[in-house]
Amino acid sequence: MEPVVHLRATVALLGRFPALAGIDLDVGRGEIVLLRGPNGAGKTTLLRVLAGLIPPVRGEARVLGHDLPAQARAVRRRVGLLGHGTALFEELTAADNVGFWGRACRAGRDDIEAALGLVGLDGRLRDVPVSRLSAGQRRRTSLACLLARRPELWLLDEPHAGLDNDARDLLDGLVRQAVSQGATVVMSSHELDRAEALAHRTVALAGGITTTPAQPGDEVAPGATTDVTPRSEPDLPENVTKVPYVA
Amino acid sequence: MWRDAALVAGRDLRVEARSRVTLQQVGPFALLVLILFAFALDPARQTLERATPGLYWVTVLFSALLALARSAALDEAGGVRDALRLSALEPAGVFVGKALAVAAELLVLEAVLGLGVIVLYGAEPAGIGLLLVTCVSATAAIATTGTLYGALVSGLRVRETLLPLLLLPVLAPVLLGATRAFEAALGGAPADGWPWCGLLAAFAVLYSVAGAAAYGTLLEGS
Amino acid sequence: MTATTSPRSAAPGTPGQPDDGATADAAPAHTGSRTTRILGVLALAASALLVLYGLVISPPDAEMLDSVRLMYVHVPSATYLYVGCFFTTFASAMWLWKRTPGWDALAEAGAEVALVFSFITLGTGSLWGRPTWGTYWTWDARLTSTAVLTVLLIGYLALRRLDLDPGARSARVAVLGLLLVPNVIVVNRSVEWWRGLHQGETISRIDPTIDGSMLTALMIGFLALGLVFAWLMVHRFRVAWLEQQADRFDLDEALALRRAEATPTTPTDAAKGTA
Repeated sequence: MEPVVHLRATVALLGRFPALAGIDLDVGRGEIVLLRGPNGAGKTTLLRVLAGLIPPVRGEARVLGHDLPAQARAVRRRVGLLGHGTALFEELTAADNVGFWGRACRAGRDDIEAALGLVGLDGRLRDVPVSRLSAGQRRRTSLACLLARRPELWLLDEPHAGLDNDARDLLDGLVRQAVSQGATVVMSSHELDRAEALAHRTVALAGGITTTPAQPGDEVAPGATTDVTPRSEPDLPENVTKVPYVA
Repeated sequence: MWRDAALVAGRDLRVEARSRVTLQQVGPFALLVLILFAFALDPARQTLERATPGLYWVTVLFSALLALARSAALDEAGGVRDALRLSALEPAGVFVGKALAVAAELLVLEAVLGLGVIVLYGAEPAGIGLLLVTCVSATAAIATTGTLYGALVSGLRVRETLLPLLLLPVLAPVLLGATRAFEAALGGAPADGWPWCGLLAAFAVLYSVAGAAAYGTLLEGS
Repeated sequence: MTATTSPRSAAPGTPGQPDDGATADAAPAHTGSRTTRILGVLALAASALLVLYGLVISPPDAEMLDSVRLMYVHVPSATYLYVGCFFTTFASAMWLWKRTPGWDALAEAGAEVALVFSFITLGTGSLWGRPTWGTYWTWDARLTSTAVLTVLLIGYLALRRLDLDPGARSARVAVLGLLLVPNVIVVNRSVEWWRGLHQGETISRIDPTIDGSMLTALMIGFLALGLVFAWLMVHRFRVAWLEQQADRFDLDEALALRRAEATPTTPTDAAKGTA
């Protein structure tokens, strides 16, 4: 079974700076992998390479069965990236934003509404201009944009930052739900406690290289989880309905 | 592609509707320019009347710079560019959508300015057909060219000074053609003006094609 | 002696991209070579001939008197201005297709040399206007469109001069360069049409059936300025090419530096988070 992510000695440049100097990484379907490392280690760049936004210049890179950089376009359609910037339009409402980005990704009306519901923005807040939302609410709106497109590979760049505890629990729950339905998650975080509880596996990054072995021989079977038990079992908030998440 | 264009145009116009910048800032700016021209030139009707077509289009051009800068800025906000590349939107569709949105805003602006010119400069509208077609084709030319050049300078620190420098010489023929057409219409000789309209239309077509083709490259090239 | 470089022999990549093992030739100390020396000598000789013919041998024109002599420089200079712009647009198109840095260098050379010739054109045209009509500027079709073209070139070069990553800059610059010739054509056509409607001050076209030695002077003008143009282009291209070579960086060096940032992982780190 081919891994969702397969990187070997991957090098990627930001201008002329080798942000990634040799990444070895394998991620199987249904895994939640945490990237950790100091600032400047290349976590954000790695996530963007996996999204197909930055072409690798050396080494092997395959995501979701597509070669990078040759088939970057195909990769982009199937991933969801939650980056540092919110990609929201301040003057538009949360509903408008999710609607726009959802339709830009060919999501249906139902998926868009469901996404808003899943993050708890389908009540009074949906018609508020984003400029009036708090940072946490904006993050949730961005998350809804990601949910609407139902990506097979989630790429989360410090997703817990700026969220309050309830929102963080919500995020963790959504991640688990997605994974249980076949999605794969690669995330970076500085919130190590919570993130390690969520993740199946941690990969350390420093100086643009992975300092944890990629475990090449260890293909993870689809749907299998490794035996890391989460420290707490958060519940989804009451008013959120569980929508079947099909990858 | 047209679906994408409609989606993007809708978004841009919705942002405009919520923020009303064109209505509340660019419009008054345009009228202000008309007034300033009256200060600069002898308000004795003669000079202003004769120069009206030219002054009108110069004002439109300067106001268009503001509108175009704003349109380009919409997509520079944090993460939007990445999200556009990740989406299934065709770059050509994004280009057309943005150009359509700006064109709509400019048409409204031109209508307001038309009123302004009638009231402030005492112009007498004649040859309405020619006037309208000129407005539409000149607007198409300005909107398509401006959207492409806006993308060219987007994200650069110096974009505010670079955009006028790059765009205005390119639009010089548009100014030329639109003014001549207006002069022909107002002067009672519309037959002279239609060829200029043809020039404007050809210009618009050229830049529609160029913009649609090049927008993808510009989106990718950081 | 330096080997002449051409866009096709450029190694793949964009300025600022790593070499990937290919070694650059030892940097030459100057951009001269036998070719350019011959070219330079010919250019000087032709220019001398032009001065001779233009100022001495050919007669003053019936209408324009001595100021017609400016035409022997003005007309060719305008022509080569367009040739330079054509180089830029063509090279930009080739860069967009092939993405090799040599084309980028050629586009830059074309635009800069074109700018030089645009000033020559404007200067000679302006000087021509002075004795003829007493003004330094006439809204003649050619002068006006040349003025607009000058601003277009300045804008293009301004974009080039921005302090950006070469990779980021090249795409934008190439698109702008590609649009240069279409812009020039549109501006020319529309300005000529416009000025054609007003019989005003025009720098008259040189009639091909003019006096023999005046025609000769004009031909020599084309020849001399053409040689100067070629000489400038070769040198400017080589300078741009060398700049790109100097810009290249060794990826392996950079990688080694980057990896050195990695602090050695402790055994506990590695043991954490494994299945």
